[in-house]
Amino acid sequence: MTAPDVDVVVVGGGPAGSCAALVAARAGLTVVLLERGPFPGSKNMYGGVVYPRILDELIPNWWEEAPVQRWVTRRSTMLLTETQALTIDFRSEAWGKPPHNGATAYRPDFDNWLAGHAQAAGAQLITSTTVTGLLRDASGKVVGVRTDRPDGELTARVVIACDGVNSFLAKEAGLYEHNDAKHFTLGVKETLALPKHVIDERFGVRGRDGVDIEIIGATGGVNGGGFLYTNLDTIAVGVVLKLSKLGAQQQRPEQIIANLKQHPAIAPLVQDGELKEYSAHLIPEAGLTMMPKMTTAGMLVAGDAAALCLAAGIWLEGVNFAMASGMYAGEAAVEAVRADDTSATGLAGYQRRLSETFVLKDHRKLRRAPALVLSDRVQHLYPGMVANVAERMFRVDNPHPKPGLRKIFAQERKRAGVRRRDLIRDGWTGFRSFG
Amino acid sequence: MSNNPSGHPVAHPAEILAPNAWGGMSFQERMATAEFRIHHQPHIVVDGAVCADCSTRECVVACPANLFVPTSDGGIVFNHEQCFECGTCYLVCNREGAISWNYPEGGHGVVFRRT
Repeated sequence: MTAPDVDVVVVGGGPAGSCAALVAARAGLTVVLLERGPFPGSKNMYGGVVYPRILDELIPNWWEEAPVQRWVTRRSTMLLTETQALTIDFRSEAWGKPPHNGATAYRPDFDNWLAGHAQAAGAQLITSTTVTGLLRDASGKVVGVRTDRPDGELTARVVIACDGVNSFLAKEAGLYEHNDAKHFTLGVKETLALPKHVIDERFGVRGRDGVDIEIIGATGGVNGGGFLYTNLDTIAVGVVLKLSKLGAQQQRPEQIIANLKQHPAIAPLVQDGELKEYSAHLIPEAGLTMMPKMTTAGMLVAGDAAALCLAAGIWLEGVNFAMASGMYAGEAAVEAVRADDTSATGLAGYQRRLSETFVLKDHRKLRRAPALVLSDRVQHLYPGMVANVAERMFRVDNPHPKPGLRKIFAQERKRAGVRRRDLIRDGWTGFRSFG
Repeated sequence: MSNNPSGHPVAHPAEILAPNAWGGMSFQERMATAEFRIHHQPHIVVDGAVCADCSTRECVVACPANLFVPTSDGGIVFNHEQCFECGTCYLVCNREGAISWNYPEGGHGVVFRRT
């Protein structure tokens, strides 16, 4: 048997792939990082916020060089009905200073920057190259990949599949049990240009400080959520839509964004923004419910390809899970190559790292959250009920005396058609997830 | 809105493409904001014959680039050129063999903007 071309082939130059390649290359392994787009990040899209603290280990003082747009110092969660809005708004000066918390960033910038670090560590980046399948030996072990280049087969001791939400490699390797539309949401986004001073005034921020607004109750009959993020001189407004509901409701994605932009609480924020780019991407939304096996002989799966995206209402994270899983996949590959055992057993360090860290701990704790957040009651009944309670609390209805909150709540619960036992059950699920 | 043969209301392409339909901009103008490096070979192929007796046609509503267009004879035409490569269509499709889905040739397809 001839020696493999390289130690590690990483498929996909997103945050998972670049972190995997970076770690493996730094350890002295020969690494090829394959990217199907013309540059890393060119195929990648998200709402807009990255939480990069996991990079503390890999790139010290990353905040001095990472291409971020604004540091998120203000986080709002909005609950909308057609005519009402209830907002919980939090600000922290601390998040504007190192080591920061979240940042808005353009993925084609951020991912390209991260891939640059993988290259600087010695990984060979090959762009404009689509991987078309796996190479396997007689025992079924993954021994490399096929690409769409002439003579494009590349053999490796370990393949790390960071090929994104559709991961055809994980599917080809039989690691996904099922592939169900109900586990995915579609994110659609408009990037709107506005002068920086207008954004600063509308959103109440200065300098590089920015705002992250998550919205529930804004997607009509289609279960999902809305978002609004500030970049330096653009804002990102969009919606995340449950795939299995889109067709049934006969509502087109761009129409749902248009409705959100016309909401009285949103319209003044986005007014006169000129569309710079319309974009779309899928999100693996169902967390633990949909996760594949992440290890097989000769191959590891990381990032969106492994459904490592946290869609838990108040926490919407993905890039950090991608960077962490990529980093741990890189470490496990290094271990396995050094021990000359890249079987599933030799690569077991990956699953162990995922299990011992936030990557799977957060997902286990929040395993019920994605379904709760996208449930019909949370989506279609609770926003109206809570907004009505707020409206009646703040309404001065003289000469009537102020009613007690308990009474208002009981009345509004009945008016919304929410059964007490359902509310208790959802409350308990929420408490067990978020408590 | 009109009804397709199955009785489901569908937005007529002409309505969707009309200027000012959504937010003061035609759908064509909306799609023109995204960059696509088009490869002559379609990376997604739709078998209209399989679609002919499909009553749900969720792809028509769900595709964010609106690439699935019902034809008057009950079929569906698909154009790969402005595809975001998101995967929505094959996931919502319930007809085996209707959509064969691949990524475009390396370097081609959608290129999201750097700023």
